[in-house]
Amino acid sequence: MATTGQGDSAPAVALEGVGRAYGERVALREITFALPAGATVAVFGANGAGKTTLLRILAGLLRPHAGTARVLGAELPREAFRARGRIGLLGHEPMLYRDLTVRENLRFHARLHGVALARIEELVAQVGLAARADEPVRTLSRGMTQRAAICRAALHAPELLLLDEPLANLDPGGAAAVQPLIGRGAGPARVLISHDAEQGLAEADHVLGLRGGRQAIWAPVADVALAEVRRLYA
Amino acid sequence: MRATVAALVRKDLRLELRAFESLPAMLMFSVSTFVLFHFGLDRGSLAGDLAAGVLWVTLLLAAVLGMNRLFVAEREQGGFDGFLMAPVDRTALFVAKALLLFGFLVAVELVAIPAFVVLLLEPGPGQALPELLAVLVLADVGIAVVGTLVGALGVQTRARDLIVPLIALPLLVPVVIAAAEASTPLFEAGGADAFPWRWLLVLGLYDAVFGLLAYAVFDFLLEE
Repeated sequence: MATTGQGDSAPAVALEGVGRAYGERVALREITFALPAGATVAVFGANGAGKTTLLRILAGLLRPHAGTARVLGAELPREAFRARGRIGLLGHEPMLYRDLTVRENLRFHARLHGVALARIEELVAQVGLAARADEPVRTLSRGMTQRAAICRAALHAPELLLLDEPLANLDPGGAAAVQPLIGRGAGPARVLISHDAEQGLAEADHVLGLRGGRQAIWAPVADVALAEVRRLYA
Repeated sequence: MRATVAALVRKDLRLELRAFESLPAMLMFSVSTFVLFHFGLDRGSLAGDLAAGVLWVTLLLAAVLGMNRLFVAEREQGGFDGFLMAPVDRTALFVAKALLLFGFLVAVELVAIPAFVVLLLEPGPGQALPELLAVLVLADVGIAVVGTLVGALGVQTRARDLIVPLIALPLLVPVVIAAAEASTPLFEAGGADAFPWRWLLVLGLYDAVFGLLAYAVFDFLLEE
């Protein structure tokens, strides 16, 4: 049997004193936590707390300026190449070309990731986009665009999903349709940014609270009260 | 890497065919510049070094328009992030964009060179056409390589429209000099006999040096 060399209990994400600044402004400082494989951490914090910066560091798109970050056993940024293709990112932007159709966008990403094109049909059917998959992304509603972006993020069956408000713009039917791809029990470890405290807690195994770029909470979800999360936004 | 380059080129060609953002602008610019020279120089026709200078400066400035737009979709629509997270050789992006710019230049020249001949050139290239094609290909490779490198650099900045020409034009001076020197005798009667092969060699060397340089540094340009 093939092994990763990290063992089954190797954390999907392990951060030790991670910090990041933009010029003079410190966006993140001293972030330390370890997320087990297959687990979900819900990240809470007011606007500007550093959530998106954290997500981009984990995606390998930003370098940490302090501390050490390991994602899927790869130390970032030195070994980022080992994590490429194993992470799915769903950020603020859908990362889809507006003038291409949904199917063309997914084919392009499938080719980059070496994924069989048949997987695209599975995904668009799964999220209820099959009938609109040949329309340019710019003509789709926000909800439909979000479904397409979720297909893109889950296309290559990533081991780690980085999700920034994944259910934004989705109607209840859409939210239910994407659950098998990005929801709890989908398989991969998840870092989930949410402003909906109740929903985030329901989805999580661990809670990370950020305030002004600092780690205010890191605890198993059972140990975190809803009021404590809400105070992060006060 | 070939499959990645093919996927990127296919995607970019589709985007260009849907949005028509680069090629029509490059074409319109070059043809209208020749029209302006036709009337502005107040001469029935050009030959020799003046014709070569007008042709190459016009083509270079048209190419800058393409360079400016080369990475815009990647920047504005999240293409960079998607590409950087994929398990592919990052040099594929450079090769694909350089091929695209080279293709745009060839497409522009298919229209612009006949327009140049009709509006300005006397005598026409005639028998010197094979030599002119060799100059065009080598110069286009140099422009595409440097243009892709500078386009990738410029798109990271807010002043993209300013940065790209400011960096690209000085870097491409050797291409203009060599291409114009090589073309000058071709635009004179019986010029093919006196074709200066050494300028073709200069263009080839330029392409090789900047090709290697781009291969070495492109990965770093994609890093934040």
